[in-house]
Amino acid sequence: MKILFFILLNFIGIVSNGNPENGNELQINFRHFVGSDSLIFKTKEYVNELGQKYTVTKFKYYISNIQLINDSGKVFSSEEYFLINEDEPQSKGFSVKDVPPGNYKTLSFIIGVDSLRNCSGLQEGALDPIKGMFWAWNTGYIFLKLEGTSESSTAQGGIFEYHIGGFKEPVNAIRKISLEMDSLIFADEVPDSKKIFIKADISQILKQPVSIDFSTMPVVSDMTNAELVANNYSDMFSLIKEK
Amino acid sequence: MKLSYLKIVFLAVFSLIILSAFVIENPYYSISQKDVEIVIPQGFPKPVYDFRKNKMSAEAFTLGRKLFYDPLLSKDNFTSCGTCHLRFAAFAHVDHALSHGIANRIGKRNVPALQNLIWKNEFMADGGINHLDLQPIAPLTSEDEMGETLENVILKLQNDSVYPRLFQTAFGDSIVSTKNMMKALSQFVCLMISSDSKYDKFIAGKVEFTLNEKNGLNLFRAKCSSCHKEPLFTDNSYRNNGLAPDPKLNDIGRKLITGKESDLYKFRVPTLRNIEMTYPYMHDGRFNTLEEVLKYYSEGKFHSTGFDKELTKTTGLTESEKIDLIIFLRTLTDKTFLYDRRFANPL
Repeated sequence: MKILFFILLNFIGIVSNGNPENGNELQINFRHFVGSDSLIFKTKEYVNELGQKYTVTKFKYYISNIQLINDSGKVFSSEEYFLINEDEPQSKGFSVKDVPPGNYKTLSFIIGVDSLRNCSGLQEGALDPIKGMFWAWNTGYIFLKLEGTSESSTAQGGIFEYHIGGFKEPVNAIRKISLEMDSLIFADEVPDSKKIFIKADISQILKQPVSIDFSTMPVVSDMTNAELVANNYSDMFSLIKEK
Repeated sequence: MKLSYLKIVFLAVFSLIILSAFVIENPYYSISQKDVEIVIPQGFPKPVYDFRKNKMSAEAFTLGRKLFYDPLLSKDNFTSCGTCHLRFAAFAHVDHALSHGIANRIGKRNVPALQNLIWKNEFMADGGINHLDLQPIAPLTSEDEMGETLENVILKLQNDSVYPRLFQTAFGDSIVSTKNMMKALSQFVCLMISSDSKYDKFIAGKVEFTLNEKNGLNLFRAKCSSCHKEPLFTDNSYRNNGLAPDPKLNDIGRKLITGKESDLYKFRVPTLRNIEMTYPYMHDGRFNTLEEVLKYYSEGKFHSTGFDKELTKTTGLTESEKIDLIIFLRTLTDKTFLYDRRFANPL
């Protein structure tokens, strides 16, 4: 029976390649850096553009509205919401399932949660308000949280805290990211599993177009400067090669 | 012989009195499916709340009621939703200007009444919350109110000896989730419908108004109803009613939510149902009586920063007009709602 089962699976090409059970899947893995250094919480000290030293204690963000665009412009969309959290290694990789065959050139996603979901009542899973990425007094998800400490900070306890959100005018901090890929081909015949790696560079959150000064702007937790920080981090992602 | 007969009669009467008191205000009043049917009152609009996503059930309502009155939900385990939302005051915090929380903390705004919530699309005086199911998270986690984390509340409920069973009965899942907890709380407050005041009976043609009440209604319709729109007695808009901002509270109102300068000092128009019971008045509870409120609107000394143009209708009320208006406002008191046993504290 066991042998028969194996043969059957092998025939449709699953076991031999360690392939997904049905449909193509794209594994997206996030790697967190500060510049060219890997992110290490608390113990490792980094320096920002203004020469201010800092450590990082929290880094979380939502990835949603993932789209894959093939060479003829056809779009495949995923409906799922993912919360990437440096504190939870398993959260830093996820699979987009049932990708149709094709030669994909562009991967796009938004950092945050779209306005429709922000206005649809209580959500579950990654969007459960228990995850701490939710503003209770002014309904809406926090798209990205970066927290740490710096001697230069003027906030109590020498901390800095950037909680970025806002999905409706006049403050819309939703940012769409598009990454160009050399080639990501899912062939027609057999379901396949591919992996890609995306670098998220925290140093980019603190610079370009605005260099963030821990002494004058240690905390962003309402919407006043949310767009400023969102503009900074909209170029923090890039594709990297990794085995 | 005669004496013992009297004794028996006395005992019987005495126990009847005790028994009747128990029946009238039985804290363990059990809820049937019929008790939780949502009945849309005659003349009311279609509710905003979508009951297809949260079907009313006796079990979920009962769970919601227990949660509402359970101080376990707060950080110090002493403060429940019902601490500040009092049933006999239409779930407002009568005689308290600003909200009270754990560790003697005082909040920034007057506790609103809870009634006819299924017709509201936004909540709080600044409209910051866009769904009823999300509303309880704000007071639960506010440092000035219940001061707890959502994570901890769920943990406490999960480790409780009773709650997992109640969640199982209500939702078929003994795992306590944010979603099911909020659904239960929503069911409890969704049923808080006030529609049986003397005003409602007058509109339905069941009772007559006195001359003063009639006069008050006509005045109300001429001067107040463009914001306090019948039958809900609010148009659910945000308006600047000209109150000078309290420099100690520095409450900017709806601007806090939208960031728009045009929303500075705007607050949601509150309903006037059961208004007699929900004093003090205004977003910061600055007026203790309806007389003070009408004096304010009548005098017309509005704060200069962008007060609502509708306010010009309310100025220059005579003393007898004020009296008639107040007499009318008292017809909005709904004793059927205020003494509804379904909402009594079961703990």
